[in-house]
Amino acid sequence: MNLSASSLWLIPALPLLAAAIGALTPRGGRSLASGAAIIAMVGALGLSVAALGTALAQPAVHLTDNFTWFSIGTDAVRLGWLLDPLTAFMAVMVSFVGLLIFIFSLGYMKEDANFTRFFCFLSLFAAAMLGVLVANSLLLVFVCWELVGLASYLLIGFWFHKPSAAAAAKKAFITTRIGDLGLLLGMLWLYHVRGTLLFYDGGNGVLEPSSLALLSHGKIAGGIALSTAIGLLIFCGAIGKSGQFPLHVWLPDAMEGPTPVSALIHAATMVAAGVFLIARVYPLMLADQHLANVSVHALTVVAGIGAITALLGAAIAVGQNDIKRVLAFSTVSQLGYMMLALGVGSWVAAIFHLLTHAFFKALLFLGAGSVIHAAHHEQDMRRLGGLGKRMKVTFATFAVGMMALAGVPFLFSGFWSKEGILHAAHAWPVSQLPLVAGLIAVVLTAFYMTRLVAEVFLGSPRSDAASHAHENSPVMTVPLVILAIGAVLLGLIGTPAWPWLQSNLGGVVVPAESIFEGPGLMVLSIVLVCLGLGVGWALYGWRKRRDAFAPDPLAAAMPGVFAALAAKLGFDEFYALTFGRLNQLLAVVADGLDRWVWGGIVSGVAWMGEALGTFDREMDESGLNSGFDAASEKLRGVGNAYSRAQTGEAHGYLRTLAVAFVVLALLLLLGGVL
Amino acid sequence: MNLLQACLLVSSALFCIGLVTALSRSNTILVLLGIEIMLNAANLNFIAFWRFSPAGTAPATGVIFVLFSIAVAAAEAAVWLALVIALYRHQQNIRLQEATRLKG
Repeated sequence: MNLSASSLWLIPALPLLAAAIGALTPRGGRSLASGAAIIAMVGALGLSVAALGTALAQPAVHLTDNFTWFSIGTDAVRLGWLLDPLTAFMAVMVSFVGLLIFIFSLGYMKEDANFTRFFCFLSLFAAAMLGVLVANSLLLVFVCWELVGLASYLLIGFWFHKPSAAAAAKKAFITTRIGDLGLLLGMLWLYHVRGTLLFYDGGNGVLEPSSLALLSHGKIAGGIALSTAIGLLIFCGAIGKSGQFPLHVWLPDAMEGPTPVSALIHAATMVAAGVFLIARVYPLMLADQHLANVSVHALTVVAGIGAITALLGAAIAVGQNDIKRVLAFSTVSQLGYMMLALGVGSWVAAIFHLLTHAFFKALLFLGAGSVIHAAHHEQDMRRLGGLGKRMKVTFATFAVGMMALAGVPFLFSGFWSKEGILHAAHAWPVSQLPLVAGLIAVVLTAFYMTRLVAEVFLGSPRSDAASHAHENSPVMTVPLVILAIGAVLLGLIGTPAWPWLQSNLGGVVVPAESIFEGPGLMVLSIVLVCLGLGVGWALYGWRKRRDAFAPDPLAAAMPGVFAALAAKLGFDEFYALTFGRLNQLLAVVADGLDRWVWGGIVSGVAWMGEALGTFDREMDESGLNSGFDAASEKLRGVGNAYSRAQTGEAHGYLRTLAVAFVVLALLLLLGGVL
Repeated sequence: MNLLQACLLVSSALFCIGLVTALSRSNTILVLLGIEIMLNAANLNFIAFWRFSPAGTAPATGVIFVLFSIAVAAAEAAVWLALVIALYRHQQNIRLQEATRLKG
């Protein structure tokens, strides 16, 4: 199967069509809307697999198909489609995971009145996300990027009658918008410098050598290369979308949306778009690496942000009690890992982790959704417990996902992709701090996942909802099983013994074991994973929680630390106190200005207009009117005189004509004209 | 007295006859007949001046004027005939002096 770059647009077009069908379907047409969405995803998956076939035939080549969108004067804004292994792998992952989540949603959203709207939004999201992947222009990426944000907003606020959901949707939208402003500025700057936004255009694209040389030679103030500045502005967009520190605050709140949404958008695909974007513009991020006399390298910032986020997210996840919030902070942390990998120079390791993470995190979220659905929307893990016996399939698949996320050695995909990142961080010549952050996060990840599984699935039920829970229907469990199989097997395509993914992704053949520098680091990380699992088991598995109100064992051991982590280290409060307050202050100032200064000027002008009007009217009535009246009387008299000449007698008129003719003839004769 | 002057005299005579007819008759049809005679006096002038102009200065101009004039007069005749019939229906005669009720 093959798919050329020129027909790549079909991949996002199919879900878009399904979204249109869903939008036009009345509320009752549940099977039409969901059927269209699922068929479109199957089509998109088929086309993505075909695209993957094309891309793998020549992995080092960027196949493009560019066209002109519109022209202004001599400038033309051009867009295009791009097919390379990065696009193809991502498209296959998004459409495959998306398809499974669509199917899961059939069961999860069964009782919702707005089932058709849900599938319409899901399809819109899938279309936008696939659009980001196949775009060959930063502008087209940006357009789809914003559409993805819109779909995310609509889906987080899907249950908008809940005030918390409406607030979370708003928060997600505004927070990511801050990052997107940076992306927009970077894009405009790039267009200003290069006059095009195409990635690859036969030598003229922004990611091709001539352009990169130009960008890395330009300097702005402070010894920063032009490419660094533009790259960091683009990275701002990735920070917002991928929930990186300091804009990570929206991602946990986004869990107010339905759980399939959390799985698809806020774990597997959309939040990975930032990682994808940086991988896409990687040549640009890399352009300043050879420069010695610059004050900062773009990738160093990326690595730093990634390391902070990985550590922070993992730490906060330890202190959460809501299943979905634990998973949300885990997502933040894993995205931090991916950014870290990008920063230390291994975008291939980042994409590998992105792919494996998409599978096991979608699995974990859908597993959490299965639990929540069975336990009548009880999400607090203190009030769950003992579900392992009642929901065997969910428990087994969730355990697979948990072990993949924790990085349990050898069998699970998460282990191999995480090892790739740790090895890349170890090989980074600049600093070993990211490696240290990553290793600490490994312990924390194993710890909080053990805590989550022990609290939810082991012990005894601690509420009515949990004790009456029972396994869900196959429409929800089969996607779990498929994702669990993926979470195990996907690791096989990127092990050091057979680096097939690494070789094909970059188009450069990676020899076996070249990404593996000996057993030292691997043994260390295995020990750390075992440490995290062991401590977690000791605290939560050994003596199981008895009732919902018992204090957390960790809180008993370290009350101050646990309270800080449970409060998410106070980021929300900090932002509320600084940016929120600042915003309120600005609003008060703006209100005052509006009310008194601008309002005063407007009122003054209005008053002056009124005064002039009054003056005019007085002048008119006293002076001008009588003059016009007199003139009108005169005109009427003249008109009357003329109307008397009109007798209505044709002979009279003829006579006048004849006399006039005679007079004219006499004048001409006597005047000597003739 | 050359031929041009003779023609002009004839046309002047025609014009005067037409003018007198138009002014003195009360029958609407005869008034209009007088107007037609004046029109034809003018047509005769056109033809005469064209015929006796120096060779080559006015190729067929006079004839074309006259053809147009006759065509327009024919169309006009249709209109005035209709007017006269309407007038008769209105006042049971066609005396022009009595047709004064259209004045503004």
